Amino acid sequence: MSAKYRFISFLLILAGLGIAYFDAVNFLKPESFLYSRILSVPFKLGLDLQGGVHLTYKADLSAIKPVEAGNAMEGLRDVIERRVNAFGVGEPLVQVEKSAGGDQRLIVELPGVTNVNEAIKMIGETPFLEFKTENPAADKLTEEEKKDSSKVFVSSDLTGRYLKKAILDFDQTTFEPIISLEFNDEGGKLFAKMTKENVGKSIAIFLDGAPISVPNVREEITGGKAQITGQFTPQEAKLLVQRLNSGALPVPVSLISQQSVGPTLGEKFLAKGVMAGIYGMILVSLFLILWYRLPGLAAVLALGLYTIIILALFKLIPVTLTAAGIAGFILSVGMAVDANILIFERMKEELKKGKNLQSAVSEGFSRAWLSIRDSNISSLITAGILFWMGTSMIKGFALTLGVGILISMFSAITVSRTFLLAIGLKGESKISRFLFGSGIR
Amino acid sequence: MFIIKHRKIWYAFSLLIVIASLFSMFKFGLKQGIDFTGGSLLEVEYAAKPDVLAVKQKIESLSLGSAIVQPSGDKNIIVRMKDLTEEQHQKVLSASLSIGQGKEIRFDSIGPVIGKELKKKSITAMILVIVMIILYIAFAFRKVSQPVNSFYYGLMAVVALIHDVTLPAGVFAVLGHYYGVEVDTLFVTALLTVLGFSVHDTIVVFDRIRENLRNNGNKNDFETVVGASVNQTISRSINTSLTVILVLLAIFFLGGESTKYFSLALLIGVAIGTYSSIFLASPLLVTLQKLKKGKSN
Repeated sequence: MSAKYRFISFLLILAGLGIAYFDAVNFLKPESFLYSRILSVPFKLGLDLQGGVHLTYKADLSAIKPVEAGNAMEGLRDVIERRVNAFGVGEPLVQVEKSAGGDQRLIVELPGVTNVNEAIKMIGETPFLEFKTENPAADKLTEEEKKDSSKVFVSSDLTGRYLKKAILDFDQTTFEPIISLEFNDEGGKLFAKMTKENVGKSIAIFLDGAPISVPNVREEITGGKAQITGQFTPQEAKLLVQRLNSGALPVPVSLISQQSVGPTLGEKFLAKGVMAGIYGMILVSLFLILWYRLPGLAAVLALGLYTIIILALFKLIPVTLTAAGIAGFILSVGMAVDANILIFERMKEELKKGKNLQSAVSEGFSRAWLSIRDSNISSLITAGILFWMGTSMIKGFALTLGVGILISMFSAITVSRTFLLAIGLKGESKISRFLFGSGIR
Repeated sequence: MFIIKHRKIWYAFSLLIVIASLFSMFKFGLKQGIDFTGGSLLEVEYAAKPDVLAVKQKIESLSLGSAIVQPSGDKNIIVRMKDLTEEQHQKVLSASLSIGQGKEIRFDSIGPVIGKELKKKSITAMILVIVMIILYIAFAFRKVSQPVNSFYYGLMAVVALIHDVTLPAGVFAVLGHYYGVEVDTLFVTALLTVLGFSVHDTIVVFDRIRENLRNNGNKNDFETVVGASVNQTISRSINTSLTVILVLLAIFFLGGESTKYFSLALLIGVAIGTYSSIFLASPLLVTLQKLKKGKSN
């Protein structure tokens, strides 16, 4: 019998080593011969551990019909997502959330962003692009009024709404940045009409209420394309193109909550969480081995395997690790230990009843199973409700706890059992009785 | 049998704990964090030890309302104010940085609407967990109806768990009053975990009662069966709690500020949860059975 279990144990340990390699590979140096780029999957860290910003916006849908609210929110999400992407953060998250009170919200998470002020500006700014023509009544304006460009020019129908895309170019000779605008069909017609009517005059391109370029019209332009040459630095031009391409917000938004964590604070949290985890494991292992001896050692091995599997799952699912999530994981280690302790106590009782070791082991496992199942299901119910109800922080905790409980049931029932049976002490000698005993006796 | 025999002592002890906790909760109230009330929290790290009073004066001269400025660690300060717009946030930040070199390491601003919602959500989650657990235990123990109905097992588990969350809440009311410790969403998470753990512990004992009733429920009376079950599970209960407590102590001492009070709430809850599964939930079953017997006679 024990030969079979020894073989399975050997395979389990081998698999454990393999998974441990997968857990650790992204911490190896790329030049190390053990490194593999394909297997290198990083842990997904939450905002509190890697630093970043969490923003909650409330959308003002008062001007929109209730049936169109969903569409408007999707449009809003897309626009903001484009803007956020332009900002160049690692893995931004933009999602629509409906509050309990029926408010439509937009959640924006920007990991790694430290310049919150700039990020918020970037998201909130609506570029408003207008094309204006000369005011026919310009002659009647006073000298004072002539200095005010918004009086010299009058609005036309052509606005940023008709913009298809904007491209950044550079002048071939002067190397100055040029912004090429391409209108959609409707915009192209409007632009053609406007240029036709204003040959010899100037057209002003207004951005956010200020003229950025006032070119003279030489002829009608029918291709639906226009260029802005202004006094931009390449940096400004690039930003403007991004903003124009990301478009206007379909509904007004207001920021109702923001949370930001600096990267140094996150690093500290992470280092401390990992530290607490390692020391917690060491303490638990010492306790198990000192109190439960040989079965305790098997349990420690099973716990090691459990941890390795959990960490790999965190990478694969992927589970976003937060400070609370790490706490949930560490707590699940406690639950995993509980399953082992339940089994060992049962085993001890069977031994006391005079059963031999082999049958005490299997009886202990099968009798403890009901308690393990019932108690863990109640914990899973709690984790499930937390996951369903919670905020992102609580969700992280519930997810790691839930995944942990599921895997811990597997590890206690199958892995510890296999290891114990593999040791397969048959003897009724004093030594094996001692090794399977517990406590101070 | 010792435990069941002297159950009145444990009842008195538990009653004392619950009354003391309720008293401190009503007297001091729980100090709610900005998660629930709305408001803002800014943490700044300075190059050298900052002058907290100077920071407070600078910020309050902005007339954005009152600010609570507390030192945190050696070089950090934490500023608590009403919820701020981004513009106001920048003003407060530059005011705090005007007294010395430093940088912002954390800023939270939560609108009052979100706070209210979170509070509502937390309470709903608590109630939901309790209801689900009663139902689950009634279901898991449905085959055990003699001499105590399976529904009462669920009810006693809930009595134990309410007992178990009252103590951490009471302790945090005291901590809030004297040390300014706030109750936030993490605290609620801790309470919910204590709920789960408490039931987990109680179920293990009940499970043993169920098994013993099946095996020799006819030979022995209920009190003896419960007493034996408690004795059989007591070392498991204590050892399990000990491992969980070891882990929690590691989080408490090494896990950093953000999970410190979280692990403290769990520590208190787990300790009392173990106590209640041994000394409260199972003896209560015996008392209940005796009451019913007294009535039917």
